[in-house]
Amino acid sequence: METFRPVRGKEIKVLGTGCASCRALYATTLQAVEQLGLEATVVKEEDLMRIMEYDVMALPALVVEGRVVAAGKKLNVEEVKALL
Amino acid sequence: MIQTAADWVVYGLFGLAPDSRWGSSLSFFLYDTAKITLLLFLISAVMGVVNAYFPVDRLRGFLARRKMYGAEYLLAALFGAVTPFCSCSSIPLFIGFVKGGIPLGVTFAFLITSPLVNEVAVAMFAAAFGWKITAVYVAAGVFMGAAGGCLLGKMRLEGLLTPWVRQIQARSAVVGAEWQAESVPFARRLPAILREAWAIVRGVFAYILAGIAVGAAIHGFVPAGLFAQWLSADNWLAVPLSVALAVPMYANAAGIVPIVQVFVAKGVPIGTAIAFMMAVVGLSVPEATLLKKVMTWRLVGIFFGLTAFLIILSGYLFNIVLQNP
Repeated sequence: METFRPVRGKEIKVLGTGCASCRALYATTLQAVEQLGLEATVVKEEDLMRIMEYDVMALPALVVEGRVVAAGKKLNVEEVKALL
Repeated sequence: MIQTAADWVVYGLFGLAPDSRWGSSLSFFLYDTAKITLLLFLISAVMGVVNAYFPVDRLRGFLARRKMYGAEYLLAALFGAVTPFCSCSSIPLFIGFVKGGIPLGVTFAFLITSPLVNEVAVAMFAAAFGWKITAVYVAAGVFMGAAGGCLLGKMRLEGLLTPWVRQIQARSAVVGAEWQAESVPFARRLPAILREAWAIVRGVFAYILAGIAVGAAIHGFVPAGLFAQWLSADNWLAVPLSVALAVPMYANAAGIVPIVQVFVAKGVPIGTAIAFMMAVVGLSVPEATLLKKVMTWRLVGIFFGLTAFLIILSGYLFNIVLQNP
């Protein structure tokens, strides 16, 4: 999914190929950003070739400013907050 | 103990007669749900501990750096067994292994065993058939992965990967020992591991309930011997037939084991039932379409064909070796 919005604040990506836990992490991340009042752009990356550029081996994964901070875990809102 | 509690609720609290259809179905349902939930939580916790100390990145480094003269296939299959399986992770894992310079055959060993043997399958199996048959199932799943991976490795199938994966493979570098031991003490990691285990139970709970409900319905209402007629022990076609039936079906282990358990109780030989279940969880159309992203159809076909062949073989073997419980 290509977004042409200018990136404001932190750039957060949720990597996932569209399975249930990946969608859950995306929703959780949106929630966490809102609760923290962060200025951030949350993008969902579903393209496999791009996901693989991050060299993760378990999905879903959370990427903040180009750095993989979590992979293969179902995180809750509090855990995502701590990672952001 | 759980059985007593289930009987008390059904016969005491609801006042159903133990020999009535609804009574026995409901008691079976409650007892199974409680037992499976407990087992699944325990096994998920144990696997969580193993995974905390052997994350997949570490395994990749380990497999890439050492020459093991064939033992790497067995090791990859063993790790496939203890890694929690999620269909959405199988492709990233595949690419990650290829990128790390791990031979294709070793990667396949991991890929075969991972969906067959995982915390959910083991817990469900132990609850349904007891530890002995579970141990045989796990050993078979690991052995099939190692043997299948070894055979596929010998076939030199690298040319059948999709071009972008071949490019990754050409550029692959043996990953170094960048993995660092985490120094967090065990006592502090345990809460997170237990929470993760509970999340696994919650995640599959709906499937367990659905599977047990269907199983309980068959248990109470379908006459014994109905399945046995066409999947019986003296019908040699029964094993390949049940595998062929299972490939288009897709369910996770949580949903399928309770149903398979009832098949066995109704007289289907255990080997035939296990082959059916292995094909349901290990080979599926959704998995094939996922694999298509990294392999040509021919390679997907070879991979599925060989795995199906191994499943059929082990089905026959189980039918000979194991008695129905």
